[in-house]
Amino acid sequence: MNKSYQFYGGVHPAQQKLARKSAIAVAPLFPFYTVPLSMHIGAPAKPIVKIGDKVLRGQMIAEAGGFVSAPVHSPTSGTIKDIKPCLGVTGVKTPCFIIESDGEDKEYERMKPFSDWQEADPKKILSRIAEAGVVGMGGAAFPTAVKLSPPPGKKIDTLILNGIECEPCLTDDHRLMLEKAKEILIGIQISARILGVKTIILGIEKNKPDAVEVMTEQAKDLPITVFPLNVRYPQGAEKQLIFALTKRKVPTGGLPMDVGCVVQNVASAFAVYNAVYKGIPLYERVTTITGTPLVSPGNWHLRIGTSFADAIRLAGGVKEDPAKIISGGPMMGFSVYSLEIPITKNSSGILLMSPSEITQFQSKSCIHCGRCNDVCPMQLMPGILSTQIENECFDLSENWNVLNCLDCGCCSYICPAGRPLVQHMRRAKAEIMAKRKEAKKDTPKGKASK
Amino acid sequence: MTPEKTQKNSNSEERTIRMPDTSHLIVSSSPHFHAETDIRRIMLTVIIALLPACAAGVYYFGWRALWVLLVCSASCISFEAIFSCFMKRPSELDDASALVTGLLLGMNLPSSTPLGVCIFGSLVAIGIGKMIYGGIGSNPFNPALVGRVAMLIAFPKVMTTWPIPHGAATSSAITGATPLMVLGSLQHAAQSGQAGALQTLGEHVSYMNLYLGNIGGSLGETCIPALLIGGIFLIYMNIIRWQIPVFYILTVFCITGLAYMISPAYFAAPTFHIMSGGLMLGAFFMATDMVTTPVSRTGAIIFAVGCGVITGSIRLWGSYPEGVSFSILIMNAFTPLIDRYTAGEPFGAPKDKKRGLQF
Repeated sequence: MNKSYQFYGGVHPAQQKLARKSAIAVAPLFPFYTVPLSMHIGAPAKPIVKIGDKVLRGQMIAEAGGFVSAPVHSPTSGTIKDIKPCLGVTGVKTPCFIIESDGEDKEYERMKPFSDWQEADPKKILSRIAEAGVVGMGGAAFPTAVKLSPPPGKKIDTLILNGIECEPCLTDDHRLMLEKAKEILIGIQISARILGVKTIILGIEKNKPDAVEVMTEQAKDLPITVFPLNVRYPQGAEKQLIFALTKRKVPTGGLPMDVGCVVQNVASAFAVYNAVYKGIPLYERVTTITGTPLVSPGNWHLRIGTSFADAIRLAGGVKEDPAKIISGGPMMGFSVYSLEIPITKNSSGILLMSPSEITQFQSKSCIHCGRCNDVCPMQLMPGILSTQIENECFDLSENWNVLNCLDCGCCSYICPAGRPLVQHMRRAKAEIMAKRKEAKKDTPKGKASK
Repeated sequence: MTPEKTQKNSNSEERTIRMPDTSHLIVSSSPHFHAETDIRRIMLTVIIALLPACAAGVYYFGWRALWVLLVCSASCISFEAIFSCFMKRPSELDDASALVTGLLLGMNLPSSTPLGVCIFGSLVAIGIGKMIYGGIGSNPFNPALVGRVAMLIAFPKVMTTWPIPHGAATSSAITGATPLMVLGSLQHAAQSGQAGALQTLGEHVSYMNLYLGNIGGSLGETCIPALLIGGIFLIYMNIIRWQIPVFYILTVFCITGLAYMISPAYFAAPTFHIMSGGLMLGAFFMATDMVTTPVSRTGAIIFAVGCGVITGSIRLWGSYPEGVSFSILIMNAFTPLIDRYTAGEPFGAPKDKKRGLQF
């Protein structure tokens, strides 16, 4: 397995990794933290503290609300001022804890570290990961403990550590690999032990040669292979990364475990290390705060619940007013309109774009150039789908496999007519899912159980 | 995650920090980056690629050729503006696609075409070829070819009178035959019993002149090196797909080559075929028109092979000496069908499952 493969399609946007040289700094304490109850895929967490309660750093303040869920921990010591709906990155209000810091930052009784993780019972380690609220920190925020416990029957033989960071502008994974290489590698080995997997592959894009060097050096005596891959967006997407590294194709509608793979982001591996090896739950993450309007872009260890305003203040404020503020990277991030939005477990970055950097245009008719078709990593036909969706033919678009769309945005990025291709496909997916939900509701119970 | 190191909140540091003004933030759906491509840029690149062939046309056929090009371009642009106005649609002139249509139309005409006929051709190209369907992106047929074919049917005499290169640079240029017409008459002679008639083809048309374009023909189609430069430039710039010209020319080569192998007394060599007529112009610039050709690369290959088969058949057995325009128009009609059948399965679709696409 010495050859690295390329995935289908993809684009090559400008990198603009402004903060690649700035070491991860530790953020000071802020007076208030807004901690959402739902920062992961699955059921929202259930609060176990009341308004007015005193909490300590690392104390669990909400427990998992189901099997696919994750608990939430307090980022600092202080008082729960309120539990109320607050704005999130998607523009939807979700219930959040408002925690007023007491400035002392006292730590809650730490969970017992598994310094003997090589011998410890994997089940116990797994429940520790669940208890520590670790989720996939690359984007989707899928609870890690669920990911690491595949149903019986599914045989996992490869664990992939995702150090791709294909989103332009973001540098948090890059810096983390440079500064916490050892910890990340322990984290991934813990995950490998839980899964009982022997093969661990680390994929890094070649635009991070220093990270490749450091990781190769650290992984020298470990059963981990480091694969430098050519730079291409969206290589960090699970299905694309699995194909690039192992040439296995995840079936449509399937999960990586269907081809015997589990993919874990480096930041998640680091969180696993913290949870298992040190007993620290997930209440802090590395976030890139970047963009040309900022005075000093950089990477910070930010507590979950830090508001965007505090984060931007950390980066020295702005030189000019930005035209867009984006949570995440420029290809898949959400543009926001308020600075009250908190950092969550999957906030990999805050990106500010100056008015000269943003592009605004009128969308024109499709000229059938086929560029979208060439760049689509899922080999769909975004141009044709977009015309169908514009005419509200959602059933037809379903036949043309619109549900396989990854949301990566390559098609909209490349379209010379400036058509909102991925946006159309998002709409179709939402419409189809809503329709399916409706159909499920309408079906009588007896039939549904069949 | 090193809470031990966390500093105490120090408010003593009272620098004036400018915070972003959130009242004018733009909220949009991702992606927030866009590649620096637009239709205008694509069309301008095509125009640049057409310039060498235009220059060669002017060189061989004199200033009259320039007039034809200018009148076609200007009238195409004007008709597009007029039609947009009638249709009460915002004008899309800034994308320069009307200019591309005009240039291509001009390049497909003999340099002696009366300017009034040029204007008629432009009217058909833009009006019936493009705007009637709703403007750029909606036309099923290549507008320049629609214009040309309309002219060919309406003014057959004008459209088949070919000035000879380096003739007097006026509309009274000496008229002659194109290599394909020479071939046609020689074939006719061969079929009516004159054995070896075709062997004299080389005396009538030298390969060097055929290659350089020093022959009768439409003003933009004769000079092969100029067309190749433009075509390769477009492929390099990733504007057109290499599959279309390569498979088109290859198919014509194979079909005419097969006929030549079977009976060299009746058919011309394949090298003669691929260098004569509008094949180069058609393969690089007309069959690659994005709007009217299939979206996928597999589709492009099917399209190109189809064009090649039809061109070859018309040339070998048809009554017209030339078949490029018709072959491309016919295949344009198949484009939606090809698109549907080449819509591939998405990444990771099971191989054994029957294709799920329904139409």
